[in-house]
Amino acid sequence: MKLIKAIIKPFKLEDVKDALSEIGIEGMTVIETKGFGRQKGHTEIYRGSEYTIDFLPKVMIEIAVSDEMIDKVIDTIVTSAKTGKIGDGKVFVQPLEQAIRIRTGEQADEAL
Amino acid sequence: MEIFKHQSLFRVWLRTITILPFIMLLTLPIAAQEEDSKDVNAVTIESRANDQQQSNSAPIASKSPDSGNTAWMLTATALVLFMTLPGLALFYGGLVQSKNVLSVLMHCFTIACLSSIIWVACGYSLALTEGSEWIGGTERVFLNGLTADSLNNDFPESVWIIFQMTFAIITPGLIVGAFVERIKFSAMMIFSGLWLLVVYVPTCYWVWGGGWLAKAGVIDFAGGIVVHATAGASALTIAAMLGRRQGFPKNLRPPHSPGLVMIGAAMLWVGWFGFNAGSAAAADGSAGMAMLVTHISAATASLVWMFVEWKQTGKPGLVGIVTGMVAGLATITPASGNVGPMGAVIIGATAGIVCYFACGIIKEKLNIDDSLDVAAVHGVGGVLGTLMVAFLGVEGTLGGQGINLDSAGDQFIIQAKGCLAAITLSVVATYVIVKITSALTGGIRVSEEEETKGLDQASHGENGYSIQ
Repeated sequence: MKLIKAIIKPFKLEDVKDALSEIGIEGMTVIETKGFGRQKGHTEIYRGSEYTIDFLPKVMIEIAVSDEMIDKVIDTIVTSAKTGKIGDGKVFVQPLEQAIRIRTGEQADEAL
Repeated sequence: MEIFKHQSLFRVWLRTITILPFIMLLTLPIAAQEEDSKDVNAVTIESRANDQQQSNSAPIASKSPDSGNTAWMLTATALVLFMTLPGLALFYGGLVQSKNVLSVLMHCFTIACLSSIIWVACGYSLALTEGSEWIGGTERVFLNGLTADSLNNDFPESVWIIFQMTFAIITPGLIVGAFVERIKFSAMMIFSGLWLLVVYVPTCYWVWGGGWLAKAGVIDFAGGIVVHATAGASALTIAAMLGRRQGFPKNLRPPHSPGLVMIGAAMLWVGWFGFNAGSAAAADGSAGMAMLVTHISAATASLVWMFVEWKQTGKPGLVGIVTGMVAGLATITPASGNVGPMGAVIIGATAGIVCYFACGIIKEKLNIDDSLDVAAVHGVGGVLGTLMVAFLGVEGTLGGQGINLDSAGDQFIIQAKGCLAAITLSVVATYVIVKITSALTGGIRVSEEEETKGLDQASHGENGYSIQ
Protein backbone atom coordinates (compact mmCIF):
# COMPACT_ATOMS: atom_id res chain seq x y z
CA MET A 1 0.00 0.00 0.00
CA LYS A 2 1.08 3.52 -0.67
CA LEU A 3 0.01 6.93 0.57
CA ILE A 4 -0.12 9.56 -2.14
CA LYS A 5 0.16 13.21 -1.20
CA ALA A 6 -0.54 15.36 -4.21
CA ILE A 7 -0.21 19.14 -3.97
CA ILE A 8 -2.16 20.84 -6.72
CA LYS A 9 -3.60 24.17 -7.77
CA PRO A 10 -6.88 24.72 -5.89
CA PHE A 11 -8.95 25.29 -9.03
CA LYS A 12 -7.83 21.89 -10.37
CA LEU A 13 -9.37 19.99 -7.45
CA GLU A 14 -12.67 19.21 -9.19
CA ASP A 15 -10.92 17.92 -12.33
CA VAL A 16 -8.61 15.69 -10.30
CA LYS A 17 -11.46 14.35 -8.17
CA ASP A 18 -13.57 13.52 -11.25
CA ALA A 19 -10.67 11.81 -13.02
CA LEU A 20 -9.87 9.72 -9.94
CA SER A 21 -13.51 8.72 -9.51
CA GLU A 22 -13.51 7.46 -13.09
CA ILE A 23 -10.65 5.06 -12.43
CA GLY A 24 -12.36 3.74 -9.33
CA ILE A 25 -10.86 5.68 -6.46
CA GLU A 26 -13.52 5.74 -3.77
CA GLY A 27 -12.11 8.09 -1.17
CA MET A 28 -9.71 10.92 -0.57
CA THR A 29 -8.84 13.55 1.99
CA VAL A 30 -8.55 17.15 0.86
CA ILE A 31 -6.52 19.67 2.81
CA GLU A 32 -6.39 23.39 2.07
CA THR A 33 -2.80 24.37 2.59
CA LYS A 34 -0.10 26.89 1.75
CA GLY A 35 3.43 26.62 0.51
CA PHE A 36 5.94 27.57 -2.12
CA GLY A 37 8.16 25.87 -4.65
CA ARG A 38 9.78 27.25 -7.77
CA GLN A 39 6.74 29.44 -8.34
CA LYS A 40 7.72 31.38 -5.19
CA GLY A 41 5.17 33.77 -3.75
CA HIS A 42 3.58 36.89 -5.20
CA THR A 43 2.85 40.47 -4.22
CA GLU A 44 -0.47 42.04 -3.39
CA ILE A 45 -1.09 45.78 -3.30
CA TYR A 46 -3.54 47.47 -0.95
CA ARG A 47 -3.89 51.25 -0.81
CA GLY A 48 -0.63 51.57 -2.70
CA SER A 49 1.38 49.47 -0.20
CA GLU A 50 2.96 46.24 -1.43
CA TYR A 51 2.60 43.06 0.59
CA THR A 52 4.80 40.06 -0.18
CA ILE A 53 2.95 36.79 0.02
CA ASP A 54 5.52 33.98 0.40
CA PHE A 55 3.09 31.11 0.70
CA LEU A 56 0.54 30.48 -1.97
CA PRO A 57 -2.72 28.69 -1.35
CA LYS A 58 -2.66 25.09 -2.58
CA VAL A 59 -4.74 21.98 -2.11
CA MET A 60 -3.27 18.72 -0.90
CA ILE A 61 -5.03 15.46 -1.70
CA GLU A 62 -4.20 12.39 0.34
CA ILE A 63 -5.13 9.00 -1.07
CA ALA A 64 -4.24 5.55 0.22
CA VAL A 65 -3.99 3.09 -2.68
CA SER A 66 -3.11 -0.55 -3.23
CA ASP A 67 0.22 -1.33 -4.90
CA GLU A 68 -1.36 -2.39 -8.19
CA MET A 69 -3.31 0.86 -8.53
CA ILE A 70 -0.42 3.19 -7.76
CA ASP A 71 0.87 3.94 -11.27
CA LYS A 72 -2.59 4.48 -12.67
CA VAL A 73 -3.48 6.90 -9.85
CA ILE A 74 -0.27 8.89 -10.25
CA ASP A 75 -0.81 9.16 -14.01
CA THR A 76 -4.36 10.31 -13.52
CA ILE A 77 -3.40 12.99 -11.03
CA VAL A 78 -0.53 14.29 -13.16
CA THR A 79 -2.69 14.44 -16.28
CA SER A 80 -5.72 16.01 -14.68
CA ALA A 81 -3.85 18.57 -12.54
CA LYS A 82 -1.56 19.79 -15.28
CA THR A 83 -1.84 23.29 -16.74
CA GLY A 84 1.74 23.42 -18.03
CA LYS A 85 2.39 26.62 -16.09
CA ILE A 86 4.70 27.05 -13.13
CA GLY A 87 3.06 26.16 -9.81
CA ASP A 88 1.18 23.04 -10.95
CA GLY A 89 2.38 21.19 -7.85
CA LYS A 90 3.92 17.85 -6.95
CA VAL A 91 2.99 14.28 -6.18
CA PHE A 92 4.68 12.51 -3.26
CA VAL A 93 4.41 8.77 -2.68
CA GLN A 94 5.10 7.16 0.69
CA PRO A 95 4.95 3.55 1.83
CA LEU A 96 1.88 2.87 3.94
CA GLU A 97 2.17 0.32 6.71
CA GLN A 98 -1.38 -0.32 7.65
CA ALA A 99 -4.96 0.79 7.00
CA ILE A 100 -8.01 -0.05 9.10
CA ARG A 101 -11.66 0.67 8.37
CA ILE A 102 -13.04 1.78 11.72
CA ARG A 103 -16.60 0.56 11.20
CA THR A 104 -15.77 -3.05 10.32
CA GLY A 105 -12.24 -3.52 11.50
CA GLU A 106 -11.16 -4.61 7.97
CA GLN A 107 -7.47 -4.18 7.39
CA ALA A 108 -4.93 -3.44 4.61
CA ASP A 109 -6.26 -3.49 0.99
CA GLU A 110 -9.69 -4.52 2.29
CA ALA A 111 -9.91 -1.26 4.14
CA LEU A 112 -9.13 0.96 1.14
CA MET B 1 0.24 34.33 37.13
CA GLU B 2 -3.38 34.50 36.04
CA ILE B 3 -4.46 35.85 39.39
CA PHE B 4 -1.73 38.44 39.23
CA LYS B 5 -2.94 39.53 35.81
CA HIS B 6 -6.47 39.95 37.09
CA GLN B 7 -5.30 41.94 40.06
CA SER B 8 -3.34 44.35 37.94
CA LEU B 9 -6.31 44.75 35.61
CA PHE B 10 -8.46 45.50 38.62
CA ARG B 11 -6.01 48.15 39.80
CA VAL B 12 -6.13 49.77 36.39
CA TRP B 13 -9.89 49.85 36.58
CA LEU B 14 -9.87 51.33 39.98
CA ARG B 15 -7.60 54.09 38.78
CA THR B 16 -9.76 54.71 35.76
CA ILE B 17 -12.88 54.99 37.78
CA THR B 18 -11.25 57.41 40.16
CA ILE B 19 -9.77 59.58 37.45
CA LEU B 20 -12.92 60.11 35.36
CA PRO B 21 -14.91 62.15 37.89
CA PHE B 22 -11.74 64.07 38.62
CA ILE B 23 -11.50 65.19 35.05
CA MET B 24 -15.17 66.05 35.03
CA LEU B 25 -14.64 68.18 38.11
CA LEU B 26 -11.76 69.97 36.45
CA THR B 27 -14.01 71.13 33.67
CA LEU B 28 -16.79 72.29 35.97
CA PRO B 29 -15.30 75.59 37.19
CA ILE B 30 -14.57 76.67 33.64
CA ALA B 31 -18.10 76.00 32.66
CA ALA B 32 -19.54 77.56 35.75
CA GLN B 33 -17.89 80.91 35.05
CA GLU B 34 -20.65 81.76 32.64
CA GLU B 35 -23.66 81.70 34.90
CA ASP B 36 -26.73 81.31 32.83
CA SER B 37 -30.16 82.60 33.45
CA LYS B 38 -32.11 80.71 30.89
CA ASP B 39 -35.10 78.47 31.23
CA VAL B 40 -33.86 74.92 31.54
CA ASN B 41 -36.99 73.41 30.10
CA ALA B 42 -37.08 75.39 26.92
CA VAL B 43 -33.51 75.37 25.84
CA THR B 44 -32.87 76.50 22.34
CA ILE B 45 -29.41 75.52 21.52
CA GLU B 46 -27.60 77.39 18.86
CA SER B 47 -27.85 74.91 16.08
CA ARG B 48 -24.89 74.04 13.95
CA ALA B 49 -22.62 76.24 11.96
CA ASN B 50 -24.81 76.39 8.92
CA ASP B 51 -27.73 77.90 10.75
CA GLN B 52 -25.45 80.48 12.24
CA GLN B 53 -23.94 81.12 8.87
CA GLN B 54 -26.93 81.21 6.68
CA SER B 55 -29.48 82.29 9.23
CA ASN B 56 -32.03 81.01 6.76
CA SER B 57 -34.17 79.65 9.53
CA ALA B 58 -34.23 81.47 12.81
CA PRO B 59 -34.40 79.12 15.81
CA ILE B 60 -38.01 78.54 16.58
CA ALA B 61 -38.99 78.15 20.19
CA SER B 62 -42.30 76.55 19.46
CA LYS B 63 -44.06 74.46 22.07
CA SER B 64 -44.83 71.37 20.03
CA PRO B 65 -42.27 69.54 17.92
CA ASP B 66 -42.41 69.49 14.13
CA SER B 67 -43.26 65.90 13.34
CA GLY B 68 -41.48 65.87 9.96
CA ASN B 69 -38.21 67.13 11.37
CA THR B 70 -38.51 64.84 14.36
CA ALA B 71 -39.11 61.81 12.16
CA TRP B 72 -36.10 62.57 10.00
CA MET B 73 -33.79 63.19 12.96
CA LEU B 74 -34.85 59.89 14.53
CA THR B 75 -34.06 58.14 11.26
CA ALA B 76 -30.76 59.94 10.79
CA THR B 77 -29.72 58.94 14.32
CA ALA B 78 -30.22 55.26 13.52
CA LEU B 79 -28.27 55.68 10.29
CA VAL B 80 -25.30 57.26 12.04
CA LEU B 81 -25.18 54.55 14.73
CA PHE B 82 -25.25 52.02 11.90
CA MET B 83 -22.07 53.62 10.58
CA THR B 84 -20.16 52.45 13.65
CA LEU B 85 -22.12 49.30 14.46
CA PRO B 86 -21.41 47.41 12.36
CA GLY B 87 -20.17 49.55 9.42
CA LEU B 88 -16.88 50.93 10.72
CA ALA B 89 -16.27 47.76 12.78
CA LEU B 90 -16.48 45.54 9.69
CA PHE B 91 -14.55 48.00 7.53
CA TYR B 92 -11.68 48.03 10.01
CA GLY B 93 -12.10 44.35 10.92
CA GLY B 94 -11.52 43.21 7.36
CA LEU B 95 -8.38 45.30 7.03
CA VAL B 96 -6.45 43.60 9.84
CA GLN B 97 -5.00 40.10 10.10
CA SER B 98 -7.41 37.29 10.84
CA LYS B 99 -5.91 36.85 14.33
CA ASN B 100 -6.96 40.39 15.28
CA VAL B 101 -10.39 40.71 13.68
CA LEU B 102 -12.36 40.25 16.89
CA SER B 103 -10.24 42.75 18.79
CA VAL B 104 -11.15 45.42 16.24
CA LEU B 105 -14.85 44.59 16.41
CA MET B 106 -14.52 44.63 20.18
CA HIS B 107 -12.83 48.05 20.16
CA CYS B 108 -15.61 49.59 18.06
CA PHE B 109 -18.38 48.02 20.10
CA THR B 110 -16.83 48.95 23.45
CA ILE B 111 -16.22 52.53 22.34
CA ALA B 112 -19.86 52.79 21.27
CA CYS B 113 -21.01 51.79 24.75
CA LEU B 114 -18.42 53.83 26.63
CA SER B 115 -18.96 57.00 24.61
CA SER B 116 -22.71 56.75 25.12
CA ILE B 117 -22.34 56.70 28.89
CA ILE B 118 -19.82 59.55 28.92
CA TRP B 119 -22.04 61.56 26.58
CA VAL B 120 -24.99 61.17 28.94
CA ALA B 121 -22.90 61.82 32.06
CA CYS B 122 -21.41 65.12 30.97
CA GLY B 123 -20.35 65.05 27.30
CA TYR B 124 -23.58 66.44 25.91
CA SER B 125 -23.89 69.18 28.46
CA LEU B 126 -20.30 70.33 28.04
CA ALA B 127 -20.41 70.08 24.25
CA LEU B 128 -23.79 71.47 23.30
CA THR B 129 -25.37 73.56 26.01
CA GLU B 130 -24.74 77.23 26.52
CA GLY B 131 -21.47 78.02 28.26
CA SER B 132 -18.34 80.12 27.91
CA GLU B 133 -16.15 80.68 24.86
CA TRP B 134 -14.35 77.41 25.50
CA ILE B 135 -16.68 74.89 27.03
CA GLY B 136 -20.42 74.33 27.41
CA GLY B 137 -22.50 74.54 30.54
CA THR B 138 -23.26 71.96 33.18
CA GLU B 139 -27.05 72.25 33.30
CA ARG B 140 -27.56 68.96 31.47
CA VAL B 141 -24.96 66.93 33.38
CA PHE B 142 -26.49 63.45 33.70
CA LEU B 143 -29.20 64.89 31.46
CA ASN B 144 -30.57 66.72 34.45
CA GLY B 145 -33.92 68.35 33.76
CA LEU B 146 -34.50 66.67 30.42
CA THR B 147 -38.10 65.74 29.79
CA ALA B 148 -40.01 64.33 26.83
CA ASP B 149 -41.22 67.90 26.17
CA SER B 150 -37.77 69.50 26.08
CA LEU B 151 -37.12 70.93 22.66
CA ASN B 152 -34.10 71.69 20.54
CA ASN B 153 -35.43 74.18 17.99
CA ASP B 154 -38.50 72.35 16.73
CA PHE B 155 -37.72 68.74 17.56
CA PRO B 156 -37.25 66.95 20.89
CA GLU B 157 -34.01 67.61 22.70
CA SER B 158 -33.83 63.89 23.46
CA VAL B 159 -33.46 63.25 19.73
CA TRP B 160 -30.77 65.92 19.46
CA ILE B 161 -28.89 64.34 22.37
CA ILE B 162 -28.84 60.88 20.86
CA PHE B 163 -28.21 62.14 17.32
CA GLN B 164 -25.13 63.95 18.60
CA MET B 165 -24.26 60.92 20.72
CA THR B 166 -23.81 58.83 17.59
CA PHE B 167 -21.20 61.37 16.41
CA ALA B 168 -19.45 61.10 19.77
CA ILE B 169 -19.43 57.32 19.23
CA ILE B 170 -17.96 57.22 15.76
CA THR B 171 -15.24 59.84 16.27
CA PRO B 172 -13.16 57.91 18.83
CA GLY B 173 -14.14 54.82 16.83
CA LEU B 174 -12.29 56.21 13.81
CA ILE B 175 -9.05 56.41 15.82
CA VAL B 176 -9.17 52.62 16.33
CA GLY B 177 -7.62 52.33 12.87
CA ALA B 178 -4.39 53.86 14.16
CA PHE B 179 -3.69 51.43 17.00
CA VAL B 180 -5.10 48.11 15.83
CA GLU B 181 -3.22 44.84 16.28
CA ARG B 182 -0.99 46.03 19.13
CA ILE B 183 -2.78 48.09 21.82
CA LYS B 184 -3.81 46.79 25.24
CA PHE B 185 -7.56 46.61 25.59
CA SER B 186 -7.50 48.45 28.94
CA ALA B 187 -5.36 51.20 27.39
CA MET B 188 -7.78 51.47 24.48
CA MET B 189 -10.68 52.06 26.86
CA ILE B 190 -8.92 54.64 29.02
CA PHE B 191 -7.56 56.46 26.00
CA SER B 192 -10.89 56.57 24.18
CA GLY B 193 -12.82 57.75 27.23
CA LEU B 194 -10.38 60.51 28.08
CA TRP B 195 -10.04 61.51 24.43
CA LEU B 196 -13.79 61.98 24.10
CA LEU B 197 -13.81 64.32 27.10
CA VAL B 198 -10.64 66.23 26.42
CA VAL B 199 -10.62 66.53 22.62
CA TYR B 200 -14.02 65.78 21.14
CA VAL B 201 -16.23 67.56 23.65
CA PRO B 202 -14.39 70.92 23.56
CA THR B 203 -13.99 70.89 19.78
CA CYS B 204 -17.65 70.04 19.38
CA TYR B 205 -18.53 72.98 21.63
CA TRP B 206 -16.21 75.38 19.81
CA VAL B 207 -17.73 74.58 16.43
CA TRP B 208 -21.31 73.46 17.07
CA GLY B 209 -22.10 74.44 20.64
CA GLY B 210 -21.66 78.20 20.22
CA GLY B 211 -18.00 78.42 21.25
CA TRP B 212 -15.31 80.71 19.89
CA LEU B 213 -15.03 79.11 16.45
CA ALA B 214 -18.79 79.21 15.92
CA LYS B 215 -18.73 82.89 16.87
CA ALA B 216 -15.89 83.44 14.41
CA GLY B 217 -18.17 82.01 11.72
CA VAL B 218 -16.44 78.73 10.94
CA ILE B 219 -18.33 76.41 8.59
CA ASP B 220 -18.34 72.74 9.50
CA PHE B 221 -21.66 71.32 8.42
CA ALA B 222 -21.29 67.75 9.62
CA GLY B 223 -17.87 67.37 11.16
CA GLY B 224 -14.83 67.95 8.95
CA ILE B 225 -13.17 69.68 11.90
CA VAL B 226 -15.07 68.20 14.83
CA VAL B 227 -14.95 64.59 13.65
CA HIS B 228 -12.40 63.99 10.91
CA ALA B 229 -9.61 66.48 11.64
CA THR B 230 -9.59 65.63 15.35
CA ALA B 231 -9.67 61.87 14.73
CA GLY B 232 -7.01 62.08 12.01
CA ALA B 233 -4.55 64.22 13.97
CA SER B 234 -5.02 62.15 17.11
CA ALA B 235 -4.63 58.92 15.13
CA LEU B 236 -1.29 60.06 13.77
CA THR B 237 -0.13 61.08 17.24
CA ILE B 238 -1.06 57.86 19.01
CA ALA B 239 0.29 55.75 16.13
CA ALA B 240 3.65 57.51 16.37
CA MET B 241 3.75 57.07 20.16
CA LEU B 242 2.61 53.45 20.10
CA GLY B 243 5.20 52.39 17.56
CA ARG B 244 4.97 50.29 14.44
CA ARG B 245 3.47 46.83 14.20
CA GLN B 246 5.82 43.84 13.96
CA GLY B 247 7.02 43.56 10.40
CA PHE B 248 6.09 47.11 9.35
CA PRO B 249 6.43 48.01 6.55
CA LYS B 250 7.99 45.20 4.54
CA ASN B 251 6.78 42.03 6.19
CA LEU B 252 3.21 42.89 7.07
CA ARG B 253 0.28 40.62 6.36
CA PRO B 254 -2.29 42.04 3.95
CA PRO B 255 -5.94 42.72 4.88
CA HIS B 256 -7.45 39.36 5.79
CA SER B 257 -10.89 39.96 4.28
CA PRO B 258 -11.32 42.61 1.58
CA GLY B 259 -14.92 41.41 1.21
CA LEU B 260 -15.65 42.39 4.80
CA VAL B 261 -13.98 45.75 4.14
CA MET B 262 -16.36 46.39 1.26
CA ILE B 263 -19.43 45.38 3.27
CA GLY B 264 -18.44 47.71 6.10
CA ALA B 265 -17.63 50.53 3.70
CA ALA B 266 -20.98 50.18 1.96
CA MET B 267 -22.71 50.49 5.34
CA LEU B 268 -20.67 53.61 6.03
CA TRP B 269 -21.86 55.10 2.76
CA VAL B 270 -25.52 54.53 3.60
CA GLY B 271 -25.03 55.68 7.19
CA TRP B 272 -23.31 58.83 5.98
CA PHE B 273 -26.64 60.02 4.57
CA GLY B 274 -27.79 60.30 8.18
CA PHE B 275 -24.50 61.88 9.19
CA ASN B 276 -24.53 64.69 6.62
CA ALA B 277 -28.20 65.13 5.78
CA GLY B 278 -29.08 64.74 9.46
CA SER B 279 -26.72 67.59 10.23
CA ALA B 280 -29.23 69.94 8.63
CA ALA B 281 -31.17 69.27 11.83
CA ALA B 282 -34.37 69.43 9.79
CA ALA B 283 -36.16 67.58 7.00
CA ASP B 284 -35.71 70.33 4.46
CA GLY B 285 -33.98 71.35 1.26
CA SER B 286 -30.66 71.69 2.99
CA ALA B 287 -30.88 68.05 4.11
CA GLY B 288 -31.85 66.93 0.62
CA MET B 289 -28.97 68.78 -1.00
CA ALA B 290 -26.57 67.48 1.65
CA MET B 291 -27.58 63.91 0.85
CA LEU B 292 -27.16 64.49 -2.88
CA VAL B 293 -23.73 66.11 -2.69
CA THR B 294 -22.59 63.46 -0.20
CA HIS B 295 -23.45 60.73 -2.65
CA ILE B 296 -21.86 62.49 -5.61
CA SER B 297 -18.62 63.08 -3.75
CA ALA B 298 -18.44 59.44 -2.61
CA ALA B 299 -18.99 58.12 -6.12
CA THR B 300 -16.48 60.50 -7.67
CA ALA B 301 -13.78 59.87 -5.09
CA SER B 302 -14.22 56.08 -5.41
CA LEU B 303 -13.69 56.20 -9.16
CA VAL B 304 -10.82 58.67 -9.01
CA TRP B 305 -9.02 56.62 -6.35
CA MET B 306 -9.56 53.49 -8.42
CA PHE B 307 -8.12 55.09 -11.55
CA VAL B 308 -5.13 56.52 -9.68
CA GLU B 309 -4.42 53.10 -8.18
CA TRP B 310 -4.88 51.43 -11.55
CA LYS B 311 -2.34 53.80 -13.06
CA GLN B 312 0.11 53.55 -10.15
CA THR B 313 0.03 49.82 -9.43
CA GLY B 314 -1.36 48.31 -12.60
CA LYS B 315 -4.56 46.98 -11.06
CA PRO B 316 -7.81 48.50 -9.74
CA GLY B 317 -8.42 47.04 -6.27
CA LEU B 318 -11.55 46.62 -4.16
CA VAL B 319 -9.89 47.87 -0.97
CA GLY B 320 -8.74 50.89 -3.00
CA ILE B 321 -12.10 51.86 -4.44
CA VAL B 322 -13.85 51.62 -1.08
CA THR B 323 -11.11 53.61 0.62
CA GLY B 324 -11.65 56.27 -2.04
CA MET B 325 -15.30 56.25 -1.05
CA VAL B 326 -14.46 56.93 2.59
CA ALA B 327 -12.11 59.73 1.52
CA GLY B 328 -14.85 61.29 -0.62
CA LEU B 329 -17.34 61.09 2.23
CA ALA B 330 -14.97 62.51 4.84
CA THR B 331 -14.04 65.38 2.54
CA ILE B 332 -17.59 66.41 1.62
CA THR B 333 -18.68 66.24 5.28
CA PRO B 334 -17.82 69.82 6.33
CA ALA B 335 -18.95 71.17 2.96
CA SER B 336 -22.18 69.25 2.48
CA GLY B 337 -24.36 72.16 3.57
CA ASN B 338 -22.83 74.68 1.20
CA VAL B 339 -21.61 73.13 -2.04
CA GLY B 340 -23.66 72.28 -5.09
CA PRO B 341 -23.62 69.02 -7.06
CA MET B 342 -20.75 70.08 -9.33
CA GLY B 343 -18.81 71.40 -6.35
CA ALA B 344 -19.22 67.90 -4.91
CA VAL B 345 -17.63 66.40 -8.02
CA ILE B 346 -14.60 68.66 -7.53
CA ILE B 347 -14.40 67.80 -3.83
CA GLY B 348 -14.69 64.08 -4.55
CA ALA B 349 -12.04 64.15 -7.28
CA THR B 350 -9.63 66.12 -5.10
CA ALA B 351 -10.22 63.75 -2.19
CA GLY B 352 -9.50 60.69 -4.34
CA ILE B 353 -6.15 62.01 -5.50
CA VAL B 354 -4.91 63.79 -2.36
CA CYS B 355 -5.89 61.08 0.13
CA TYR B 356 -4.38 58.35 -2.06
CA PHE B 357 -0.99 60.00 -2.03
CA ALA B 358 -1.34 60.96 1.65
CA CYS B 359 -1.44 57.24 2.51
CA GLY B 360 1.96 56.74 0.90
CA ILE B 361 3.46 59.85 2.46
CA ILE B 362 2.45 58.94 6.01
CA LYS B 363 3.44 55.27 5.80
CA GLU B 364 6.51 55.47 3.59
CA LYS B 365 7.94 58.97 4.06
CA LEU B 366 6.98 59.67 7.69
CA ASN B 367 7.31 55.96 8.47
CA ILE B 368 4.40 56.13 10.93
CA ASP B 369 2.28 53.01 11.16
CA ASP B 370 -1.11 54.69 11.18
CA SER B 371 -2.27 51.19 10.39
CA LEU B 372 -5.58 51.74 8.64
CA ASP B 373 -4.76 55.21 7.26
CA VAL B 374 -6.99 57.24 9.59
CA ALA B 375 -4.90 60.39 9.22
CA ALA B 376 -4.49 60.08 5.46
CA VAL B 377 -8.14 59.43 4.74
CA HIS B 378 -10.09 61.13 7.54
CA GLY B 379 -7.63 63.77 8.74
CA VAL B 380 -6.48 64.93 5.33
CA GLY B 381 -9.97 64.57 3.86
CA GLY B 382 -11.64 66.48 6.69
CA VAL B 383 -9.19 69.38 6.48
CA LEU B 384 -9.35 69.42 2.68
CA GLY B 385 -13.14 69.72 2.67
CA THR B 386 -13.10 72.31 5.43
CA LEU B 387 -10.75 74.50 3.39
CA MET B 388 -12.40 73.90 0.00
CA VAL B 389 -15.85 74.93 1.19
CA ALA B 390 -14.60 78.51 1.52
CA PHE B 391 -14.49 78.68 -2.28
CA LEU B 392 -16.95 76.03 -3.46
CA GLY B 393 -19.57 77.39 -1.07
CA VAL B 394 -19.52 80.84 -2.71
CA GLU B 395 -22.97 81.86 -3.95
CA GLY B 396 -23.34 81.04 -7.61
CA THR B 397 -20.13 79.02 -7.89
CA LEU B 398 -21.11 75.59 -9.19
CA GLY B 399 -24.28 75.72 -7.13
CA GLY B 400 -22.58 76.87 -3.95
CA GLN B 401 -24.50 78.75 -1.29
CA GLY B 402 -23.99 80.59 1.96
CA ILE B 403 -20.76 82.50 1.29
CA ASN B 404 -20.42 85.87 -0.43
CA LEU B 405 -17.75 86.20 -3.07
CA ASP B 406 -16.14 89.13 -1.20
CA SER B 407 -15.79 87.14 2.00
CA ALA B 408 -14.39 83.90 0.53
CA GLY B 409 -10.81 84.86 1.44
CA ASP B 410 -11.78 85.74 5.01
CA GLN B 411 -13.81 82.56 5.25
CA PHE B 412 -10.77 80.57 4.15
CA ILE B 413 -8.72 82.12 6.95
CA ILE B 414 -11.41 81.25 9.49
CA GLN B 415 -11.61 77.70 8.14
CA ALA B 416 -7.84 77.29 8.36
CA LYS B 417 -7.87 78.69 11.88
CA GLY B 418 -10.53 76.17 12.85
CA CYS B 419 -8.52 73.27 11.46
CA LEU B 420 -5.35 74.49 13.11
CA ALA B 421 -7.02 74.87 16.49
CA ALA B 422 -8.60 71.42 16.33
CA ILE B 423 -5.37 69.78 15.18
CA THR B 424 -3.31 71.53 17.86
CA LEU B 425 -5.69 70.47 20.61
CA SER B 426 -5.81 66.93 19.20
CA VAL B 427 -2.06 66.48 19.02
CA VAL B 428 -1.25 68.02 22.41
CA ALA B 429 -4.12 66.39 24.27
CA THR B 430 -3.54 62.99 22.64
CA TYR B 431 0.10 63.17 23.67
CA VAL B 432 -0.85 63.88 27.27
CA ILE B 433 -3.63 61.28 27.34
CA VAL B 434 -1.34 58.59 25.94
CA LYS B 435 1.23 59.44 28.61
CA ILE B 436 -1.40 59.21 31.36
CA THR B 437 -2.85 56.01 29.93
CA SER B 438 0.60 54.52 29.64
CA ALA B 439 1.33 55.30 33.29
CA LEU B 440 -1.97 53.73 34.37
CA THR B 441 -1.59 50.56 32.34
CA GLY B 442 2.16 50.03 32.48
CA GLY B 443 2.63 50.78 28.80
CA ILE B 444 -0.20 50.91 26.28
CA ARG B 445 1.23 48.21 24.04
CA VAL B 446 0.83 44.45 24.42
CA SER B 447 3.92 42.24 24.76
CA GLU B 448 5.69 40.98 21.65
CA GLU B 449 4.45 37.50 22.43
CA GLU B 450 0.84 38.64 22.62
CA GLU B 451 1.19 40.61 19.41
CA THR B 452 2.49 37.53 17.62
CA LYS B 453 -0.30 35.41 19.04
CA GLY B 454 -2.90 37.93 17.96
CA LEU B 455 -5.14 40.08 20.15
CA ASP B 456 -8.20 37.88 19.64
CA GLN B 457 -6.69 35.13 21.72
CA ALA B 458 -4.23 37.14 23.78
CA SER B 459 -6.65 39.86 24.94
CA HIS B 460 -10.10 38.35 24.52
CA GLY B 461 -9.64 34.57 24.63
CA GLU B 462 -11.67 34.21 21.48
CA ASN B 463 -11.00 33.20 17.92
CA GLY B 464 -12.35 34.87 14.79
CA TYR B 465 -12.22 31.87 12.55
CA SER B 466 -11.99 28.28 13.71
CA ILE B 467 -12.46 24.91 12.10
CA GLN B 468 -15.35 23.19 13.83
